[in-house]
Amino acid sequence: MSNHMKLEIPSKSQNEAFARIVVAAFAAQADPTIDEISDVKTAVSEAVTNAVIHGYENGPGTIVVSATLEGNRLEVTITDYGVGIADLEQAMTPLYTSKPELDRSGLGFTIMQNFMDEVRVESEPGKGTTVKMVKFFSRTGAAAEA
Amino acid sequence: MEVALLRAGSTLIVRMKGDLDHHAADKLRAGIDDKLKRGGIQAVLFDFGGVNFMDSSGVGMLLGRYKIMTEKGGKVLACSLNPRIMRIFTMAGLQKKIPVFSSREDALAGAEGGCRCQTT
Ligand SMILES: Nc1ncnc2c1ncn2[C@@H]1O[C@H](COP(=O)(O)OP(=O)(O)OP(=O)(O)O)[C@@H](O)[C@H]1O
Ligand SMILES: [Mg+2]
Repeated sequence: MSNHMKLEIPSKSQNEAFARIVVAAFAAQADPTIDEISDVKTAVSEAVTNAVIHGYENGPGTIVVSATLEGNRLEVTITDYGVGIADLEQAMTPLYTSKPELDRSGLGFTIMQNFMDEVRVESEPGKGTTVKMVKFFSRTGAAAEA
Repeated sequence: MEVALLRAGSTLIVRMKGDLDHHAADKLRAGIDDKLKRGGIQAVLFDFGGVNFMDSSGVGMLLGRYKIMTEKGGKVLACSLNPRIMRIFTMAGLQKKIPVFSSREDALAGAEGGCRCQTT
């Protein structure tokens, strides 16, 4: 089975829940376990929240969420056209945050890496950021093959 | 997320229902800090009984309240975490700062007695 979805939303904190629920509903076609779906929801929430807070610094902007299912493999990408990241290595270091004053703790990328099988980030200062994540679901039952 | 802020003695109980994400954390923070500013609160207990989802925004909100409370000589506690929330707590090393209890009753006893025993 293969399938694809694309969602475009304005950068608003209300849309964080919407984005993760849409991806979870899409991924449900591959018959993931409840834990796997929770992992995906949390990782998507982290990436979309980063786009809102860091990418657009809580201002206006557009976030694009897309997902592709191929059998038991889910790929999700979250793109913003915001400020971008100058030093990716530093950004992905556990506990590093550029906004400690906003009660951030620098755990977002760590959670994405823990909950997904692959996390890749592409970013260009002034152009924006794309986070690409892959999750393999353990079950390859009837729903996944249908 | 639905939130109720209740008082039990000098403890502020934060009862939450729904998803604790960035959107919810911002609202929750404002409500709690408003109560803390009025004084008289020695402990804040976060009751996760109705929470199925938490991400790093929840962690940041909890650590921020922990900082405020420890500066005042008070404490922050948590109770009724489901395994998902517990996993985020462990990943963030939160239990070292915020003791976790299995029920609100145990946590309230801990808030008064200062017991840092962990009952998950
Ligand atoms: N979409 C983005 N655009 C610009 N900068 C980003 C983006 N995503 C992450 N960053 C940068 O990477 C840093 C680390 O991100 P991460 O999600 O790990 O932590 P955080 O968002 O600062 O804190 P937390 O996720 O724990 O609330 C951020 O502080 C920010 O500087
Ligand atoms: Mg983050």
